[in-house]
Amino acid sequence: MIAHALTWRRERRVLPGFGLSLGISLTFVSLILLLPLTSLVGQLSQLSWSQYWFLITDPRLLASYGVTLFGAAVAALFNAAFGLLMAWILVRYEFPGKRLVDALMDLPFALPTAVAGITLATLYSSNGWIGRLLEPLGISISYTWIGIALAMAFTSIPFVVRTVQPVLEDLPAEVDEAAMTLGASDSHAFRRVILPYLWPALVTGTGLAFVRSLGEFGAVIFIAGGKPYETEITSLMIFVKLQEYDYAGASAVASIVLATSLALLLAINLWQGRFIKRLHGGRG
Amino acid sequence: MTWFSKPRSLFTASAVGLALTFGALSPAQAQDEPRELLNSSYDIARELFAAVNPKFIDWWQAQHDETVSVKQSHGGSSTQARSIMQGLRADVVTFNQVTDVNVLADAGLVAEDWQDRYPNNASPYYSTTAFLVRKGNPKQIENWDDLARDDVSLVFPNPKTSGNGRYTYLAAWGYADQAFDGDEAKIEDYMSTFLGNVEVFDTGGRGATTTFVERGIGDVLITFESEVNNIRNEYGKDDYEVVVPPVSILAEFPVAVVDEYAERNGNEDLAKGYLDYLYTEEAQRLLAGFNYRVNDEKVAEEFSDRFPETELLRVEDVFGSWPEAMETHFASGGELDQLQRR
Repeated sequence: MIAHALTWRRERRVLPGFGLSLGISLTFVSLILLLPLTSLVGQLSQLSWSQYWFLITDPRLLASYGVTLFGAAVAALFNAAFGLLMAWILVRYEFPGKRLVDALMDLPFALPTAVAGITLATLYSSNGWIGRLLEPLGISISYTWIGIALAMAFTSIPFVVRTVQPVLEDLPAEVDEAAMTLGASDSHAFRRVILPYLWPALVTGTGLAFVRSLGEFGAVIFIAGGKPYETEITSLMIFVKLQEYDYAGASAVASIVLATSLALLLAINLWQGRFIKRLHGGRG
Repeated sequence: MTWFSKPRSLFTASAVGLALTFGALSPAQAQDEPRELLNSSYDIARELFAAVNPKFIDWWQAQHDETVSVKQSHGGSSTQARSIMQGLRADVVTFNQVTDVNVLADAGLVAEDWQDRYPNNASPYYSTTAFLVRKGNPKQIENWDDLARDDVSLVFPNPKTSGNGRYTYLAAWGYADQAFDGDEAKIEDYMSTFLGNVEVFDTGGRGATTTFVERGIGDVLITFESEVNNIRNEYGKDDYEVVVPPVSILAEFPVAVVDEYAERNGNEDLAKGYLDYLYTEEAQRLLAGFNYRVNDEKVAEEFSDRFPETELLRVEDVFGSWPEAMETHFASGGELDQLQRR
């Protein structure tokens, strides 16, 4: 009896009972995550395997995979570099307006993506403020793959900054000072001491940014141009199928995006688990 | 001590709350609410129905001595049709696509014979596809064949996502069918050059307008004649010119009562009255003011200077029927997909 009471007291948490909280969480997970997914699978089940294969290997769709993957990859790499730099500045330096810059980093999450898309398209089109300067150099951004990557980078930058920032905050400046007193050059200290420490966070952030870019519709659609085989992104193809009342087809294409994203997220998680084990000297 | 820490005041507060809730739900008050009609319409009709609805409310008041209100819902007409199938309880639809009303008829929400229930295929007004070119018409665009020239670039919405774009495609095909006397190979040749000249495919009509006007892309914007004239009024009569080609497509704007929902909402008579109203001289004059062509002879005569004479091809005459046109041209792997393949 006493032992039981003790365990109960030790297990006491701020939130009431495990059973209740798990129940509520699972209900919400089912309602907002699993149920929509189930209906996706439900739509898919109307298709035979050969129909499914035919749908997802349509040449125009294949081209859109290419455009989307390439755009997302460029955006993710750009964000990896720029996001790391941004996080570094926000953590390691004090400057006037730092709080403001810090808050601005979340803006892409707050701004409706369609507004972002239209704004970018306006700025970078051949008569826009920035596009006008690039036009004589023969660079056009709006309605080309660069515009697509740009819009994707805009909407996904917070993922990198916000995952790297807290990790960097935990890494005291003394660590790089110690590395230097031990004779490491700047680049050596960065590559061998700081980067390995940030690596898991950076990869996670970049991965999330990439996955987000794969499914982005609102921001990209206004700057993409939508030319078949050139600037059509996969989410536009889903939209097209929906306009044709082709729910099964839309679900088929959506399933590809979903599978790619899930596989990538899973891979990052697995890799991170192994990386952390190795970092802590565990075997395997 | 704050008020909510006392159990008794908490009780009082909830009792008041309950009373208020039930008070609001009491039938006596519900009867005082005017009847409300929901019109589900296409994207670019916002201004149009904002002007029509107050006039309709007056008209209904005068005829039936009842004050009603009209709510609007706007969106791409396929999206609207989809919402209605998923439960948006609209009483009437005023679309820009015959196919989107057909979809509702197939779902049993609209009567099978909806096109016979009102005059002119249940289309109280119509339009056609026209061109907007830059000042002075520098590229000398007069007809559809000019749009397939090497030095001309075009902007119109994606036929895959926009009814507006679909009409443009069908109009170009209709022209080519006449010009090449039905020679399939020549028509396809023309069409693929025409489609290849498109600089940007936006998802909707207003997006294409923005691309052409604000971004300065393309030599020609192809969209509804009504829209072309509105843009010219909006963005400056001196900067743009309207070209109505000698042959183009008849774009119908079909209307229907969503019987299923109108009945459930208790709005059958109101819904029918709303559509009847669109055919009255007063409403036709309003519609013509928004650059839509109308059938009312008197009004058509008054506005004749706005609408150049042009041969309007009917989708049914050139393509058999809407379902056939959709199947042959716009379905996955259809003619449009073939033409855009490379």
